[in-house]
This record gives sequence, C-alpha cells and structure tokens, in this order.
Amino acid sequence: MVARGRIIWISGPAVKADGMSEAKMYETVYVGESRLIGEVIRLTGDTAFIQVYESTSGLRPGEPVIGTGNPLSVLLGPGMIGRIYDGIQRPLDDIAKSSGAFISRGIAVDPVDKKKRYRFTPTVKVGDELSAGSKLGEVDETPLIKHHIMLPPDSPGGRVVAVEKEGDYDLEHPIATLEKDGRRYEAKMYHYWPVRRPRPLKEKLDPEIPLITGQRVIDTLFPVAKGGTAAIPGGFGTGKTVTMHQIAKWADAQVVIYIGCGERGNEMTEVLVEFPHLTDPRSGRPLMERTVLVANTSNMPVAAREASIYTGVTMGEYYRDMGYDVVLVADSTSRWAEALREMSGRLEEMPAEEGYPSYLASRLAEFYERAGRGIALGTPERIGSVTLIGAVSPSGADFTEPVTTHTIRFIKTFWGLDTRLAYSRHYPAINWMISYSGYVDSIAKWWMKSVSEEWFKLREEGYYILQREDTLKEIVRLLGPEALPDEEKLVLEVARMIKIGILQQAAFDKIDTYCSPTKQFKLLKLMVGFYREAQKALKAGISLADIRSMQIITRMIKAKFEISEEEISKIDALYDEMIGEFKALTTREVKQVVG
Amino acid sequence: MVEVGVEYTRVSEIRGPLLIVEGVSRASFDELVEIETIDGIKRLGKVLEVGQGKAVIQVFEGTTGLSVKGTRARFLGKTMEVPVSQELLGRIFDGLGRPIDGLPEPIAEEFRDVNGAPINPERREYPRDFIQTGVSVIDGMLTLVRGQKLPIFSGSGMPHNILAAQIARQATVVGSGEEFAVVFAAIGVQYSEAQYFKRSLEESGALRRSTLFLNLADDPAIERIITPRVALTVAEYLAFDLNMHVLVILTDMTNYAEALREISAAREEVPGRKGYPGYLYTDLATIYERAGRIKNVKGSITQMPILSMPADDITHPIPDLTGYITEGQIVLSRDLFRRDIYPPVGVLMSLSRLMKDGVGEGKTRADHMEVSNQLYDAYARAQEVRALSEIVGKAGLTGVDLKYLDFGDAFEQHFLKQAVDENRTLEETLRRAWDVLSTLPEGELTKIKEVHIKKYYKARG
Repeated sequence: MVARGRIIWISGPAVKADGMSEAKMYETVYVGESRLIGEVIRLTGDTAFIQVYESTSGLRPGEPVIGTGNPLSVLLGPGMIGRIYDGIQRPLDDIAKSSGAFISRGIAVDPVDKKKRYRFTPTVKVGDELSAGSKLGEVDETPLIKHHIMLPPDSPGGRVVAVEKEGDYDLEHPIATLEKDGRRYEAKMYHYWPVRRPRPLKEKLDPEIPLITGQRVIDTLFPVAKGGTAAIPGGFGTGKTVTMHQIAKWADAQVVIYIGCGERGNEMTEVLVEFPHLTDPRSGRPLMERTVLVANTSNMPVAAREASIYTGVTMGEYYRDMGYDVVLVADSTSRWAEALREMSGRLEEMPAEEGYPSYLASRLAEFYERAGRGIALGTPERIGSVTLIGAVSPSGADFTEPVTTHTIRFIKTFWGLDTRLAYSRHYPAINWMISYSGYVDSIAKWWMKSVSEEWFKLREEGYYILQREDTLKEIVRLLGPEALPDEEKLVLEVARMIKIGILQQAAFDKIDTYCSPTKQFKLLKLMVGFYREAQKALKAGISLADIRSMQIITRMIKAKFEISEEEISKIDALYDEMIGEFKALTTREVKQVVG
Repeated sequence: MVEVGVEYTRVSEIRGPLLIVEGVSRASFDELVEIETIDGIKRLGKVLEVGQGKAVIQVFEGTTGLSVKGTRARFLGKTMEVPVSQELLGRIFDGLGRPIDGLPEPIAEEFRDVNGAPINPERREYPRDFIQTGVSVIDGMLTLVRGQKLPIFSGSGMPHNILAAQIARQATVVGSGEEFAVVFAAIGVQYSEAQYFKRSLEESGALRRSTLFLNLADDPAIERIITPRVALTVAEYLAFDLNMHVLVILTDMTNYAEALREISAAREEVPGRKGYPGYLYTDLATIYERAGRIKNVKGSITQMPILSMPADDITHPIPDLTGYITEGQIVLSRDLFRRDIYPPVGVLMSLSRLMKDGVGEGKTRADHMEVSNQLYDAYARAQEVRALSEIVGKAGLTGVDLKYLDFGDAFEQHFLKQAVDENRTLEETLRRAWDVLSTLPEGELTKIKEVHIKKYYKARG
C-alpha cells in the first residue's frame, strides 16, 4: 500500500499533508497535481511533513500527495559520466529539452538513457557462486572509464544460472540470471540505491597514498590522502571555487564528482565549457570523460540542495566499488547546512547556534564518514577510494561559526583561506600558519619512494622557514626590518621566495596551473638549497646586500611558470647555476680579503 | 479555476506587513491577492503561507489604514505578473511597475511572472565579452564582462551612484558598437539620488533606451521586495526575447534586505545573523542569479547591484552574502574618498571573478592579466610599507621599500584617479599601468613574464 493523502498546509518548500498513515520516513512522494517531487521528513499521526524539491508556487491545499513506497534513490549504471544533474539526479540537458533555458517544474526524466546500448563483456560464467556486490561484467562507459556491472550491495547473491555473452545490450536487458535458495532473479546493467544509506565496504584500509592535485601548497605542505577528507573554508573572494576547480581538473583520481551546492550558475557552466577542452595530464583524454556534475545552484529549490550532497556521494561510492579512486568536491557545504536550517525552521524545531538545527554536527559527521579507501564487496577484489573535499563559506569569514567549527571536527586536512592573502592576490590564499594535514606522516613513504628520499627533510626545512618568518614579521611590524640581524633578514628574503615561487600558483596560467610532484620537489629543493647556501655565505662574510642582488633570484621565482614540465631539467640546471654563483661570490670575497 | 477572484472578508489579524485571513478554502501558495479597504482603496499582496483554512498575506503597500472589519481580500488565481514590451524603454514606473511619468499604461506584449525561473546551468553561455567602461581601475584590474553580476559595495555618502552612472554612460563592447539598454531599479533610495541617475541618463541621451523603476525612501517598504523582481523580469524580456544587451542597476540592496527582515520578524521566524532570516542567502540569489547569458540567444543581462555597507562593515550579512553570490565586488574605500580620489575604489578588497575569461590575447592584450596581478601585488606591498613608515619613519626603510612608497602614490594619482566624465581607452589604461609599474625596479615584477617586460617596461634612469 502506498500513501495517498491531501495537502493541508504550504509554506515555501515545506508542505503538510494528512491521510499519510502509510507513509514512511524519508519516502519519496509526489506532491500536487503537477507531481512535484518531495520527501517525507516528519510524521505526526497521519500528518506528514514533506520537503518539496521544486518550487511550490501555485500549489493549493487539497491537492493530492501520493507515496512511492521508496526512499529517495539514485540510479546507478553506465551513462552517468560526463553529465550534469540537478540535486535529485535529473539530467539538466534533458530538462532543458522539455522546458527550454529556464527550469520548470514537475519534469520526470531518467537519469541515464536506458535505451542506449553498451557493449557488455561478461566476467562470470554459469555456475559461479557470487556474493553481494560482485562483478558480473563490464562495459566501456567512456574511453577512460571501464564501467563494472555489479550486483547491488544488498543483493542476496547466489549461483549464476545464465549470463549473456559479449554483445550490445540496452540497460533494461537482463544480462544475467541468478539463483539463491531456489529463487531465481534477473540482474540488469543498473540498480537503484537510496542516497542516505552509505554503500558498504568489505573492509576499510588506511589512507596512505596522496591525492596529487598538482597544486604546490596542497601537495607539498598540506596533502590529502586518497580516501581522506579535507575542508576548505574561506570568505568570499578567497578562491574556494577556483581551488575546487583546480582539484577537479588535476587530481589524479579516475572519477571526479563535482557538486555545485547552492552556488553560482556560471561556475557550473564554466566546468561544462572548460572540461571537455582540458586534457587529463596522465591519460591525455578530455577531463569531461571522468567527471559527473551535480548542480543545484543558489536559485534552484532549496530542498534539492540538501539532497544534492547525498546524490553525489552515492554516485561516488558506486564508482569506488568498481575499484576506482574517486574525488568528490562539494562546493559549498555551508549552503547545504543552510538548506537544513531552512527546513528545520519551517518544522519549528528548537534551534541551536545561529538558527542551525542541533543535528547539524551529526549530519556533517555522517557525510564525511562516507569518505574512505577500502575493499569492495564481492568478487573479484577491488580497492577503491572516495576522497571528500568540502568547501565551507563561513559568514563574515569568521571561522568560529557553527558550520566551520563542526566541520573541523570531522576532517583531517584543513586548508584555511585567508582574506588578507587574497587581497594581496596571493593565490591560492591558503594560510600556511592555520592550515594543517593529518596525512603527512602516512603519505611520506609514497613521496620518498616515488619522488625523492630528501622530500620529508626538505619539506620540513621549507615549512620551518615560513614559520620563522611569521614570528619575525611581528618584530618588523613594530621596529622595522633594519632591527633584525642579517641571518634573520635572510629568512624573510627566502620566505618571500618560497611564497612567490612555490606557494603562489596561477590557476589560469597554462604552465603554472598544474605542477607535477617532481617539479614541486625540484622547486622546493631550489629554494631550500638557496637558503642553505646563503647561510653558509653569510657565515663566510658575504654581505646580505650581495646575496639579495643576485640576478638569479628573479629567475628562480619565475621558474614555476617559465619552465614547463617538458623542460623540467632546466630547474636542475638553475640549481647548479645557483650553487655556482654562490661559489663565485665566496671566491671573490676570499680574493678581496687576501688581496 | 472556478474560485478565481473569490473574496474573503474574515480578516483575523493584522500584524506589521502581514494580513491574516480565515475561512479561506482554496487559495494557493504565492498567489496574488487584491486587498480592498472599506473606503475602496486597493492594495496588492501575496500569499506567504496557506492551509488549515488560513492564509498569511504579505501586503506590498503596507497595512497602514487597514482594519479587521470591512477589509476584503480577493485571491486572483495567479502569481504577481508584469506586462512586458519594447514600449517599456524610455519609461518610468513605480516600484510595482505602474507608470509614474504621466504617460498611459504601455501596451503589453505579454505578462510575465515576476519571480522568473532559474536559468538552467546547462543552457547558460559562459560570459567572456570584455566591456570597456572607460574607468581605468575597472578595465585594468576589475574587468567587467557581458553577463556578469558585479556589485558596488559602498558606504553612506560615498559616490557609488556617480560611478554607476558613469559606467552606464560609457560602457561599450569595443568593436561591436552596440549600446546597452539600462534597467534601473531604485529600492528605497532618496529622491535626489534617483533624480541624479535619471538626469545623467537624460543628458547622455541614454534615457530613451532605459527603463526606470522607482521605489523611493518614502514609498512603502514592503514594495521593495517586488521592485528588483519587476525590474529583472523586464530585463529578461529585453535581453532574452528582444536580444538586447541590458545593464541592470539595483540600488540599494540593503533596503531590500531590511524589508525582507521586517517580514521575517513579523512572521516570528527563527533569525539567522543580525536578525536577518536564515534564507537571506537563497532569497538574494533568486535576484542576483538573474544575470547572465543563454546559449543561442544574443542578448545578455549584466547586473550591477549597489549596496551600502552598514557602518562600512564588509562582514555585515548583506555584503557578506552578496559577495558569496556575485561574481566579484567593487568596494569603495572611505580612506580614498576622504583623500578626494575618484573613483575611490579600494582595489585590494575588490575583485572581478570573470576577468580572467574576458582579458588576454585576442580579447584585450596578452599582458593584461599579468599587469593586473602585478599592480595588486605591488599596491598591497605599498600599503604595508606605508603602514611601516608610519612607525619607523622613512629613514627606517630600505631602498626597495622607498620605491614602493613612490609606486603607491603614482598608482593612486596617475592610474586610479580620473574625472567623472573621463572616458579612457583600454590602451591608455594599460599605458598608465606600465607607467606606474616602471617606477619599480625590473626585478620586482615577479608576476610578469619576460617577453612582456621586454616589450613594455620603461626603465627609469
């Protein structure tokens, strides 16, 4: 029995209906004559409180509400990559086909084209015993993504009694028949999964491989691991979205889920316009062939914004279950929290801080807990990961507001964006004094094995220079730079070189936009090497003025965008030249002393 | 519907801007309501909440003079709509779209819902056409592109209207020769400010391609909720139906947000920051997001909302939430204003997010972005040095620092400052930029590639 009720009250996205005793919590319902999609969020007697995912303008009391019997779910199957969805997995291009440039209501469209035929290759044979989540076969979704067809994680499993041979089938075609306890059932190339329920893993693994983003301040100073969590809070104009775009572009994941949650429409358009023309530095294929977009912009209905986060993460987990490394960026979790607040207000719940509901923290925890690296259910063994990166938009750039403070409790890498750095166009404006990463120790092994043994030491030295500069700056602010001894002035000079030459990175510069781990390491070595040499030179009696006037400094700082990945050995040459110049300085000095 | 136009007379409560009617059986959410007083005066309102026999109505023109007895509410069976047509150009209306220029009602081509509908992100065209405003600091460092929403954050007494009017007069897309149609919405501003704007458009001959909506300071506050929506509905028609390039100026959004707060307080909603409703962000977004371009449509909406920051505080919820939605912000600085520098744009706090896509080779000039970055960087440093020199005195500064002091002055006097009627070409703007950058030693220009330094840097002897 499904619920059939009537609307009794409407206020914005919140609707009350009676006659709903059959309804279940979080069940999807159709609201009104135009069948708007909604979700039951509270039940009192036979009255249901429903959040509606579309504009309720024009809705009247008395109109029908019909239950579906199912919780809000997404369709998981081939055809999702490269598409742009709204918060409840309706493809925006299909919506545009029926309603034009402006989004209208009550449009029912399939998340993927179920009639499209894919070349299916079975990987199981008749007689195989399969458990839940096992792989049945695969199809080529895009040239980058081999889409594994899997039994759902809640499938009973069983023995394969029939499986289609290699061939072209559409999504509704049963590709296998299984038998369990004498009961037979068919499997298709897709299944549904409720968005609020995490897809289970067989076993969680430690995150020990860094997610390489090609952004120096992230990879070198504050890395995030594959399967890890990171938050990037910042006031407006500090570059959250640009950083998120950079990660979505260059991260070494196989699948990227980009959730535009209550943000600008043009930002989603930018991704749509840009990604097909950008190539993945590793595979050489267009980035769009690995990207799924979920867009619920700020002016789209607020309840669907709340759902968009779950829609995105469920799709991410699905690709993880195939054994892929997935990175999910959510911009911005604050808008999601505001959607929670708005619904909570309409429900007349007792508010906690700043009007946010008391369950804000637990909802955030549940979300970030869906990150992880692990072994998928079923056979064969597949290891995948979901890395969750959430932008936070604190009101007034105040990091003590509830969404930021609660988020920090559940993440391990923190990239704090700084309004003052942004004002001086130091981008990315990640403040190195307040940011941190809890993964440095666990991923150091990877760097030292894949890039250089020296990495850990150099990183520490480079970071130490920045920390000392921060203390010295206080003194300079009070007494002027001349109050410092030369050794400390040198720290300021090298810190400046590191800030401009390494930490600052131009997202819109062709060369600088992506920096490989090797190049990052070489630049770090260049700057730290300079510091070591300069310290020696100072001790040998060279004046700071002579060091400062070395012409090579400007070239070192500009190496990041003047030297491309292809000519990376030029950085080594620059390093040798720098060492040589110091030698020349010292010899000259010695000569002068002797002469 | 059968019951369209049904009248109800059981008013149970009047509270602030709200009117509560009982015994309502079939009103719909967001429906337009005509309210008639006992003396036959008509007002408009809309349904905020409906159900269980009760409708909560927000009265646009205020509830002053309404009484529980004798007030009738007629539910019109539609949401609020405005007539749209090309005839709206050259006309002046009140905040609800009724003519106040003494001319008759324009003949409507169509009626459009003032709430509009969200543009499908998949159908947006990404904005990238450079608009030359003739103002150096904007063209050089805060480039505006067609379809962008770029607000001016101002403070009381500062010349935001003068700047906005200058932009409206001078804005062109170089080479296209197309002029902008201007839709101007005054939201609770003083008569003199609206007059200034009108005169400025008149004198430049732009009034015939402009539409003005005026809700002045002494007009009903709740009407302000509707004024920007009426203006944007007209702008959307001009842009996306008639293929015009439209510049929309909304001033002052602070008054809009205050009207919204008033309604929220009357509804006894749980407040967010500073008493503003928790949905302020979403609500503002439904206004600001109505800018942009659409695929295969020639027209565009460029939005320039103006807001005064209470106590010049940029972290106040109104500028704060606006900044999160708009594509950058132009912030006016009290300090520059005091020092008589016009336009007093505090460049360090200002930003144009879409600049990167509107400038560069083939659009403006290859060195444009780098020059802009270097100007920011150097001016930020100049500000630091200024602060330092106040403590340690000029004598305590090193040689390079002194150069930065000079740079700061040159930047403000030679680049930033210009006359209200001065329309500079982009070439001139970039020439001035290189002039001031050339006051610094070449080695300081770390954000500019060698090729451009070779071409444009003029070393000083």
